[in-house]
Amino acid sequence: MTETVPMAEMVTVTIDGTMVQVPKGTLAIRAAEAAGIAIPRFCDHPLLDPAGACRQCMIEIVDFGNGRGFPRPQPACTTETAEGMVLNTQETSNAAAKAQADILELLLINHPLDCPVCDKGGECPLQNQAMAQGRCETRFEGTKRHFPKPIPLSELLLLDRERCVMCTRCTRFADQISGDPMISLVERGAKQQVGIYPEEPYDSYFSGNAVQICPVGALTSSDYRFSARPFDLVSTVSTCENCAAGCEIRVDARRGEVKRRNAGENPEVNEEWTCDRGRFGFVSNRGEDRITKPMIRKGKKWEPISWPEALSIAVKALRKANDRVGVLTSGRLTLETAYTYSKFARTVLKTNSIDFRARPSSSEEADFLATQVAGRKDSITYADLEKAKKVILVAFEPEDESPMVFLRLRKAVRKKGLQVETLAPFMSRGSQKLGATLTLTAPSELPKAIEASEADADTIILVGEVLAQIPGGLTAVVDKVEASSAKMVWIPRRAGEIGAIEAGCLPGLLPGGHPVSDTTAVKDLEALWGTELPTTQGLDASELLKKAAQGDLKVLITAGIEAGDFRDSQEVIDALENTFVISFESRMSDVTKYAKVVFPVALLEETEGTFLNWEYRAGIVRQAINQQRTPLTEIRILAALAEALGSNLGFRTPMGAADSLAEIPIWGGAKPTPDKVKATEVPTLDKGQLVVSTWRELLDDSRCLDGADSLRATSRPIAAKVSVGTAKDAGLEDATTVRIASEKGSLILPLVLDPTMVDGVIWVPTRAKGHALSSIGVGLGSTVAVDSPDSKEGEK
Amino acid sequence: MTATLAPVLTRNWGTDRSWTLEEYKAQGGYEALSKAFAMKPEEVISEVKDSGLRGRGGAGFPTGMKWSFVPQDNPKPKYLVVNGDESEPGTCKDIPLLMASPHTLIEGVIISAYAINAHTAFIYVRGEVVHPIRRMQRAIEEAYEAGLLGKNILGSGFDLDVIVHAGAGAYICGEETALLNSLEGLRGQPRLRPPFPAVAGLYQSPTVVNNVESIASVPSIIKYGKDWFAGMGTEKSQGFTIYSLSGHVRRPGQYEAPFGITMRQLLTMAGGIRTGHELKFFTPGGSSTPILTADHLDTVMDFESLAGLGTMLGTKAMQVFDDTTSVIRTTLRWVEFYKHESCGKCTPCREGTWWLVQLLTKLEAGQGEEGDVDKLLNVADTITGKSFCPLVEGAVACVTSAVKYFREEFEIGYTTPAWEHLPYEKSALFTIADKEVRS
Repeated sequence: MTETVPMAEMVTVTIDGTMVQVPKGTLAIRAAEAAGIAIPRFCDHPLLDPAGACRQCMIEIVDFGNGRGFPRPQPACTTETAEGMVLNTQETSNAAAKAQADILELLLINHPLDCPVCDKGGECPLQNQAMAQGRCETRFEGTKRHFPKPIPLSELLLLDRERCVMCTRCTRFADQISGDPMISLVERGAKQQVGIYPEEPYDSYFSGNAVQICPVGALTSSDYRFSARPFDLVSTVSTCENCAAGCEIRVDARRGEVKRRNAGENPEVNEEWTCDRGRFGFVSNRGEDRITKPMIRKGKKWEPISWPEALSIAVKALRKANDRVGVLTSGRLTLETAYTYSKFARTVLKTNSIDFRARPSSSEEADFLATQVAGRKDSITYADLEKAKKVILVAFEPEDESPMVFLRLRKAVRKKGLQVETLAPFMSRGSQKLGATLTLTAPSELPKAIEASEADADTIILVGEVLAQIPGGLTAVVDKVEASSAKMVWIPRRAGEIGAIEAGCLPGLLPGGHPVSDTTAVKDLEALWGTELPTTQGLDASELLKKAAQGDLKVLITAGIEAGDFRDSQEVIDALENTFVISFESRMSDVTKYAKVVFPVALLEETEGTFLNWEYRAGIVRQAINQQRTPLTEIRILAALAEALGSNLGFRTPMGAADSLAEIPIWGGAKPTPDKVKATEVPTLDKGQLVVSTWRELLDDSRCLDGADSLRATSRPIAAKVSVGTAKDAGLEDATTVRIASEKGSLILPLVLDPTMVDGVIWVPTRAKGHALSSIGVGLGSTVAVDSPDSKEGEK
Repeated sequence: MTATLAPVLTRNWGTDRSWTLEEYKAQGGYEALSKAFAMKPEEVISEVKDSGLRGRGGAGFPTGMKWSFVPQDNPKPKYLVVNGDESEPGTCKDIPLLMASPHTLIEGVIISAYAINAHTAFIYVRGEVVHPIRRMQRAIEEAYEAGLLGKNILGSGFDLDVIVHAGAGAYICGEETALLNSLEGLRGQPRLRPPFPAVAGLYQSPTVVNNVESIASVPSIIKYGKDWFAGMGTEKSQGFTIYSLSGHVRRPGQYEAPFGITMRQLLTMAGGIRTGHELKFFTPGGSSTPILTADHLDTVMDFESLAGLGTMLGTKAMQVFDDTTSVIRTTLRWVEFYKHESCGKCTPCREGTWWLVQLLTKLEAGQGEEGDVDKLLNVADTITGKSFCPLVEGAVACVTSAVKYFREEFEIGYTTPAWEHLPYEKSALFTIADKEVRS
């Protein structure tokens, strides 16, 4: 993409006789694209700094704009255009065509020409250009360069050095775009190769992009290698469900199975990148535990039953429950599915007890979402992030929580001098790569730090979802925005959270931002839906769980929730054990274990819908595969349940749900003014006590990543972090592991001393494999006891 | 025309302990420095510009003009970098200079840094030459002790630190942008230009990169004046320079003379070709300059005359080969050097040198096929003119010029190994036994 800066000086360039106007300084290769002429290239990539390494894009410069030309062809990828330039490409210049054929010949002398067994064969720029521009026969009769192959760069990436053309797209991507220069060129001359430092694999969250931009078959992923041929794949442009970044992706399927996913091209969102989680983390529903038939639990045994039977059991339970029902959806649903649950709860179950927040949450957050987020007000966009002068990260780690936001911030830092400030307990790897200023902040001090931060109208405050766990945190953000005229945006982790808010999957919020507390708003929706709506405030997630645990909730409908995602997984289990659970799932889980009825649901790639990303931009999910025995969509099942309950949702398909939602205008009336929540006192810590700081790392024990073992192998080492001083105070200075204990249990994790860490705080990944904080009921801001498991004291 | 030497840089090389500060000063060293400090920096630049001093590293770019490109309004620090990464086959003038008279270079560095307003200078020396590096380091120590480096040099108010940096063994680091990368601790590969080093060089700051001999010539220009300097040499190649003769000559070595001297004169001074043999070919300026033959003995050895013959003055390193030498063997050795030293960044150099070596190896072994010489030229043409930096042009130049003058000899490679056609031991200067005795 050519950056079109308004008011940029435009120059007129003649390429192959065609006159084009481009901003001055545009590279000749881009100017040619603007004229509709493709110049062959390998090292050139519009989002990377020019390298001029492969020399494939040679063109003839007839006139440099000063009346003089160049005697020999020049690379188009490093030639900047100037007024009056006359350029001839391979289309019109024999010299350019010869130069290109020459380079191609040289590139091929050491190439193994193993296209028939190469994964890239069929979609390979080298192959295509050799066919289009190359000579038919080789003149090289010597010995080719040989390397052992392939060698691993990480558990995910394999490198075939014989195929590599040294374009350095991968190393430049790693360095320039993601800031992870863990791959680099080593050796020189014909022995030059891409390599890693021994024992330090290329464990970047973005490594898959290197595979995608490799113009030959040198880089392959261990997950996709040898599993399909490009010409057998059917590509579908869709939207990634792994986070709220809203990446456009290309889903490649063969014979009813998704084989791989690549980043799509969406300059406004993910440009041409995506993260490894989005690229490789899509196999979790393929295992033996995939549910394809409705199931009923008898004791501890599961039995498949027919759809009519399952529906009638659910209906019976729901009828009996009356309004003592609740719905826990999750952040993974599409807008249409979330809306269906919302409408089902309100119009069929006649309850407002619905909450999508299957994660630590608070009523302060619900108010914040209803007043600050719901209703599609002028949202901040990726482009705004790039234009901002300063960004403040509040309880938000973009690299882990929204990788595309991270990449865009990094781009702005690199190219536009954006300043990033982070209110965090230590300098995370992501913050380091953003060159962020660290304002050391213990979790409980976040409200104060927000108030004290410097912000003006050119500042954007990015708020992470974990802030909900700090009382007064979100209130402080709202106050800060009012006081400073800074802009603010809340960036959730899950793809469906913004959609869930829009769909009204909150107890106090109806679709379109209509507050339950506003009679006009309720009346409006009653008119649209043609039915009476409950007016009592519903129960939120934690209230529902409490009620259920007490046996006061008769039926709980769950949609893709995970006990381990909440702050206290045992509380969830206690709740599930004491109510009638109807679970909508695609595979067996710790929730279905306690369910009475399980409805199998279609996978995302089997259905269609929309994800609203954090910008409120709609990303279209398209059906990528069409299975014969597909379970039904949740929308279809809910419609059937509604009908069996003598009601009618008015639609049975995602399209129908979308149409129904489209009829609901955005609430323009007054919004409730929530009470300001006061920050709690900073806790005084006894000896051996620390405050927990935590966020979810991109690659963790999330069940979405099940089956993606290579991907998981690239996750960051599991470790708790404390400051050197804190370690000393807690008697941990020589410890290699730490025991973290709450009333509910303890965890032992490897310990790392971080020199940038704030004192009195221990940082723990929220859901590392085997070390989920929720298993001991601990979250951000909790006070825990720590000691060394090696010490005698610890053995007591 | 009789040959005249003009020993300026080499004048003190023969004196006892010429590398010490004491000896250098006794010969009038550091007098130019005081003179320079009495001038304004821009006056120093004009003086050097007007003297006609051209870069001695091979390209012959006017030194004073290079200095004047440094944007003095740029708030970043300015750097002077001296290129002493002398690594080309045949080229051997800078390292003897560092060895024999390091203070000549230091004096030049101080004056040049003063002219461009640099307060840090780096001398990048080829890493393999340990002794000259030690000499250089010791000389810098002496200069610091004598107040010639550091703060307020000779009370002038001018500060300068000089750092000697040893390369890690890569010919490409003689290319100025690769050198800057190497200095910064990065991979020794050339950088994209523009921006040119004068604008964004070392650490993205304005930087002048000059050859050792160019900088070492500066003190004499300041001391004796631009007119004295410009009075020597030819119209466009003014002054004196060091010619390095090696190979099949009786007295190989450094011959410092004004531009305008001919190869015949230089050869005569070097004692001519070994007895009983004749000149077959020579490089005018190191292995990267197309070769010449006995037909070109009367060529004036300056930038313009050699360019007129399709070759270059380069580093003025004349490798002289007599009639016992196999041109295939020589060319192959040179091309092997370029293959070994190719940094790998761009396709033509990385792959092209790989291919040329294989073609020449076949010809050397007498296993060439009809048409291979044309193929060799064809492949050279495939490679030429497309590379990122000029390194590979050296490989192309020796191949094309060798075939131009000795095509028949290459064609003998279709049937006869080069070592049978021209037995290698005959061109050796020392026998194996001699070598063993010497070592």
